[in-house]
Amino acid sequence: MPKRTDIQSIMVIGSGPIVIGQACEFDYSGTQACRVLRAEGFRVILVNSNPATIMTDPEFADATYVEPITPEFVEKIIAKERPDALLPTLGGQTALNTAIALHEAGVLAAYGVELIGADVDAIQAGENRERFKEIVAKVAAERGLNAESARSVVCHTMDECLAAAGGLGYPLVVRPSFTMGGVGSGFAHDEDGLRRIAGAGLDASPTTEVLLEESILGWKEYELEVMRDRADNVVIVCSIENIDPMGVHTGDSVTVAPALTLTDREYQNMRDVAIAVIREVGVDTGGCNIQFAVDPKTGRMVVIEMNPRVSRSSALASKATGFPIAKIAAKLAVGYTLDEIPNDITRETPASFEPTLDYIVVKVPRFAFEKFAGADHTLTTHMKSVGEAMAIGRSFPEALQKALRSLEKKGAPFSWTGEPAGKDELLAACRTPHDGRLTTMQQAIRAGATAAELFEATAVDPWFIDQLMAIDEVAAELREAPQLDAAALTRAKRYGFSDAQIAGIRGMDEARVRDLRHALGVRPVYNTVDTCAAEFAARTPYLYSTYDEETEVPYGDRPKVLILGSGPNRIGQGIEFDYACVHASFELSRAGYETVMVNCNPETVSTDYDTSDRLYFEPLTLEDVLEVVHAEQQTGPVAGVIVQLGGQTPLGLAQALKDAGVPIVGTSPESIHLAEERGAFGRVLAAAGLPAPKHGTAATEAEALGIAAEIGYPVLVRPSYVLGGAGMAIVYDDATLVTYMARAGAASDHPVLVDKFLDEAVEIDVDALFDGEELYLGGVMEHIEEAGIHSGDSACSLPPMTLGGFDIKRIRAATEAIARGVGVRGLLNVQYAMSAGVLYVLEANPRASRTVPFVSKATAVPLAKAAARVMMGATVAQLRAEGMLPASGDGGTMPLDAPIAVKEAVLPFNRFRGVDTILGPEMRSTGEVMGVDAFFGTAYAKSQAAAYGSLPTKGRAFVSVANRDKRAMIFPVKALADLGFEILATEGTAEVLRRNGVHAKIVRKQSDGTGPDGEPTIGRRILDGEVDLIVNTPFGSPGQAGPRLDGYEIRTAAVLRGVPCITTVQGLAAAVQGIQAIVRGDIGVRSLQEHAHRLRG
Amino acid sequence: MSERSERTGGRAADDGGAGTAVLVLEDGRVFHGTPYGARGETFGEMVFNTGMTGYQETLTDPSYHRQIVAMTAPHIGNTGVNDDDPESSRVWVAGYVVREPARVHSSWRATRSLDDYLADSGVVGIAIPGTRALTRHLRERGAMRAGIFSGGALAPAEELLERVRLSPPMEGADLVGQVSTAEPYVIPAVGERKYTVAAVDLGIKSMTPHRMAERGCEVHVLPATATAADILALDPDGVFFSNGPGDPATADGPVEALRGVLDAGRPFFGICFGNQIFGRALGLGTYKLRYGHRGVNQPVQDRRTGKVEISAHNHGFAVRAPLDGPFDTPYGPAEVSHVNLNDDCVEGLRLVGRPAFSVQYHPEAAAGPHDSAGLFDRFCALMERSRGRASGVAGEGRAVRAASEEPGATTDTGENESA
Repeated sequence: MPKRTDIQSIMVIGSGPIVIGQACEFDYSGTQACRVLRAEGFRVILVNSNPATIMTDPEFADATYVEPITPEFVEKIIAKERPDALLPTLGGQTALNTAIALHEAGVLAAYGVELIGADVDAIQAGENRERFKEIVAKVAAERGLNAESARSVVCHTMDECLAAAGGLGYPLVVRPSFTMGGVGSGFAHDEDGLRRIAGAGLDASPTTEVLLEESILGWKEYELEVMRDRADNVVIVCSIENIDPMGVHTGDSVTVAPALTLTDREYQNMRDVAIAVIREVGVDTGGCNIQFAVDPKTGRMVVIEMNPRVSRSSALASKATGFPIAKIAAKLAVGYTLDEIPNDITRETPASFEPTLDYIVVKVPRFAFEKFAGADHTLTTHMKSVGEAMAIGRSFPEALQKALRSLEKKGAPFSWTGEPAGKDELLAACRTPHDGRLTTMQQAIRAGATAAELFEATAVDPWFIDQLMAIDEVAAELREAPQLDAAALTRAKRYGFSDAQIAGIRGMDEARVRDLRHALGVRPVYNTVDTCAAEFAARTPYLYSTYDEETEVPYGDRPKVLILGSGPNRIGQGIEFDYACVHASFELSRAGYETVMVNCNPETVSTDYDTSDRLYFEPLTLEDVLEVVHAEQQTGPVAGVIVQLGGQTPLGLAQALKDAGVPIVGTSPESIHLAEERGAFGRVLAAAGLPAPKHGTAATEAEALGIAAEIGYPVLVRPSYVLGGAGMAIVYDDATLVTYMARAGAASDHPVLVDKFLDEAVEIDVDALFDGEELYLGGVMEHIEEAGIHSGDSACSLPPMTLGGFDIKRIRAATEAIARGVGVRGLLNVQYAMSAGVLYVLEANPRASRTVPFVSKATAVPLAKAAARVMMGATVAQLRAEGMLPASGDGGTMPLDAPIAVKEAVLPFNRFRGVDTILGPEMRSTGEVMGVDAFFGTAYAKSQAAAYGSLPTKGRAFVSVANRDKRAMIFPVKALADLGFEILATEGTAEVLRRNGVHAKIVRKQSDGTGPDGEPTIGRRILDGEVDLIVNTPFGSPGQAGPRLDGYEIRTAAVLRGVPCITTVQGLAAAVQGIQAIVRGDIGVRSLQEHAHRLRG
Repeated sequence: MSERSERTGGRAADDGGAGTAVLVLEDGRVFHGTPYGARGETFGEMVFNTGMTGYQETLTDPSYHRQIVAMTAPHIGNTGVNDDDPESSRVWVAGYVVREPARVHSSWRATRSLDDYLADSGVVGIAIPGTRALTRHLRERGAMRAGIFSGGALAPAEELLERVRLSPPMEGADLVGQVSTAEPYVIPAVGERKYTVAAVDLGIKSMTPHRMAERGCEVHVLPATATAADILALDPDGVFFSNGPGDPATADGPVEALRGVLDAGRPFFGICFGNQIFGRALGLGTYKLRYGHRGVNQPVQDRRTGKVEISAHNHGFAVRAPLDGPFDTPYGPAEVSHVNLNDDCVEGLRLVGRPAFSVQYHPEAAAGPHDSAGLFDRFCALMERSRGRASGVAGEGRAVRAASEEPGATTDTGENESA
């Protein structure tokens, strides 16, 4: 069936900000979809609030709306654009939920919008646990398939529970019905446990009902990625096996593709069930996944769940196989069938086939527990990882070891240096799933644990455990080899050992191992990911390294530019850097270079095989990058390597690459160092006459106290050599400083930097472009929160809402002086603090920053593309002449009627219960949104709606602020009262408000406890849903009782209940403007293309 | 019996599984590796299989007789060997090439390791890093003869190459007689017996009669030497010709037998080698593919419904037939019913006016996906209708024609039997 001709315009919904469980994989899928739909001639209307995405680049859609993904806003866009169809399956759960809400509200019907690629009934059947169970049972009965769901019984009395337990066996999962957030559920391992947990559960359940379900903890876990077209052709794109057995969320599991421990009969049964279930569910067209658990003792197979849409696993499966699921899902949605779509990679065979792999893919999750003190590190069915790395090898050990080093995390790769901990201790640690459990298992093997002991402790399949043992045996061989010859090195390499690991085992220097290896001619070859195990020739060069026989790197004569990506997403280094890399690739390819991308993050657009002329799916370590450079140099001229766009990861390799003779283009490694090294940077500032906050470097507690005494409190303290503000704190007194120094000393050997903290300063972020002569000021962003909150967590506005032309002029001059002094060629990000009229320089980063995509969208200038060109030698003047940059002016000279863009950070506190939600100098946000409108208040309201759901316009506001904020809060709280909010406040805050004419009702603090007549505390009121807006600025010392703890409990309740919680007084002022804008009811929607037209004509 | 000229019957005790082995291709390319399975030497046609599961079924598939099979999936042996999955009573491959043999196996059904199984079966294998390089080589140069050497069979490379070049080629090889059953046997129907099927064993896999038995067929498996008279003597409701090894151009006996069956108007279904025999019986030629189809991910399109089945393949030869429409045969018009979407290879044939059809691939799917299982239902439907029509009608040929012109019964895949 060919393309549908009855629809002309299609709306695509993205997934909004990056959050845990919904990350840039949906940018990847959405970008693919938009490209396909436009190429097919459809008018594409895109909605996504996340400015850091590639998909929201104006060139990927005809109308791009960076607006909140809420039914209200999407309806406005539908009313304006009148699309014929809506494709909701490529933007994660966010897009699907929004589409369903629009359907249920009758909006789609009212505007005649057809839902394509999805069927509402199918979505509901797939997502409703009970209906899904019925479908599995029906399929099993009608088609004679070996399929079932986990067995369960609904019970209303303890006698029923005990009887049910007799049938189901222990352990059992107890789930009380209708309790919030899974309260009262748990595992019962015996009758005593059942009586206890089910007893409490029956009490907790408003319907005196509990569900008892057999436990499938420890079972093998699998996933199939399925595609179906409207002619009912179905293919399985990929099978994925979780190495961590049932009990750990797939997103947090180490996974491998293809499945490695199933016979064909079991695999085909799984395949039959998957196909039968999606047919029965009625998935219309497109991709979906379905998960299974298999009892390792009996082979009994249970269907767990399905997702009727493209998912994180789809992105992984696409990268693992070369089968572009999202792209093909988009084509299927507009009417094509699988046999009508060519396989991109072979170009000669159709998409109606199942990829076969002659390599192994391993995915490992990356966590950020260090950012969330107090969070539970145990891995459960609630996803906690913030990113992932994928690696490809010709064997499982090779892929696994490459994946572990792709994580770029100390301690993640297996290590054979030092003494392992005790066997019993390590085995005990293995029992609880945790970040790095495989590494703990490897250490246990070193400590003498047997395969049987490890299996008993982890339930990881014995085949995988044996692979770990094999790796350990190769390490032992390596240690005992009389000399490191070609055979020993090749064997180690085939098991994935890095030069660094070999060096550790042999007690040598890594560089020495590399020299020796090169001298012996032991180098990797690069194989193609070709979907077909070499059965057909591949046209798309998507490569991975392995120590095999033949290399498949094609020859080329265009000058090549290598772009190093940013590796796994983590807090502080995410999609924004991928954005810059992808832009550089697009632009340099257009400019005649052959672009070569190196990255290991399967979620990204950069690792889509058609983003660059060639893709290497490789770890971003010095060794792996040097080998790629070598391979490319063997097949043509390499013009340069770009390290300044992928964040700290490639930047950290810059000097070593240069030392190894690799041509680094753009800002030189020496210049990068100049900006990062304090002393040198201080001299640059001094030469330019720019002030910086007073500071010092302390190695000891005494030194720290001395510096603090000299420069005065408050001080900002942080360990040197950090990323994303890790370990930063603002300290107000000696006692806290002493505590901090004790902790810092224990954590690292590096000295601590002590800076004067500029209280009540306005923080400013600048992104600029410098070609050696001319500075192009990309954008000036004013933070909404005060200085001291990490720029990544702070909301900001562009143009700056309170800075005047004179300030901008000063900022431009300072930025240019720094760019010149440091020697920047390309992008530069500078952070300033404006305090009492003085512009202080906080830091400068001569690289792409997190804000580049936001600035590009807010000013309608493709900064990253321009930067890539400057790095390759173009001048700002040239780019102005080409029209890439405006002919005159820059981001500092925006017209007065320019729209205001507000960026807001999105924080993952709901994933880490028990973690305090206040903002500080350490970055903790996972993503961002942008709100854009003619005025600040409206733009801010949009940013809040996009990040957290709409601001309330009526109801109760609770206010409790620190003394220093009391003056500043009066005016905005009064405005809230005028808008009709009932104001609740704690005693101190209420007094101030009352004296200023705001009626505030006093409520009990947490520490007051419930009142004599049962008056609830504020925490209780929040949990009971009585409060609609919370304003709570923190005070007191962390970890101590009193006001700080009160605030903590308030904020925790706010997170549990999902109530907007503002923790700075500046944020409050902005929110009030936003609420006023909503109440006025004049919030419209406008596409980026319309904004660009206004800005650039 | 097997073509292996030396069989050690097990692993050499002295090298404990290590040591060296070498794979030598007819064109002189050599791959070094370690021995796997039995030590010694073996010769055969070098082919690759791209399935990621199902090595046990592959090893025991008689169609691989006299072929050395390289697996493109790197890890082989992970699930060991069990008693349920063999497709025949023995291992048929002449040699086995893998990349990463499993050191331990893990499956609740496994009874022993693949390594031991191969050694006990006397199958000489080799583990080499370059299975992908080998596959690419075969893709570019085509399937060719090869030999695996280990243990006492090792010798200088030129000598090994000479031995490979002396081994018999696959083209022109008549192997059916070597794999077929010597005596007829019967697979009873599961449940009520609805049909009697005469199945000519040209190298039949055990799943095939099982799939028919599941549908109520009592399957009489006959030796490859069965004549039309032998077959018709059973008065079967339908006749089946199985898969098998070797060059179909040599299989004159089965072609003759099939012509007799078609003359008698009995419903016919053939798969793989059986498809090639059917093609020849219709007067079509066969040819050798450059490197064949061996795997479980091949897209085959049913040209009438447009539906695509992901199917299991194992064939080095194919039928040459016009793709652009029906063509004439001694049995009336015929057409290509199925094509491979990868290379437009003929994957199925049917007579337009008679109850006879065949496919080049494996609907019994062991190993492989079950998408094509409906073909067995189609066969049963043909038998049902033929039988219904045949009773009480004098001229058998006429009856058959009438049967085919009838709007067909709908099979469970929703396909309509009528042209």
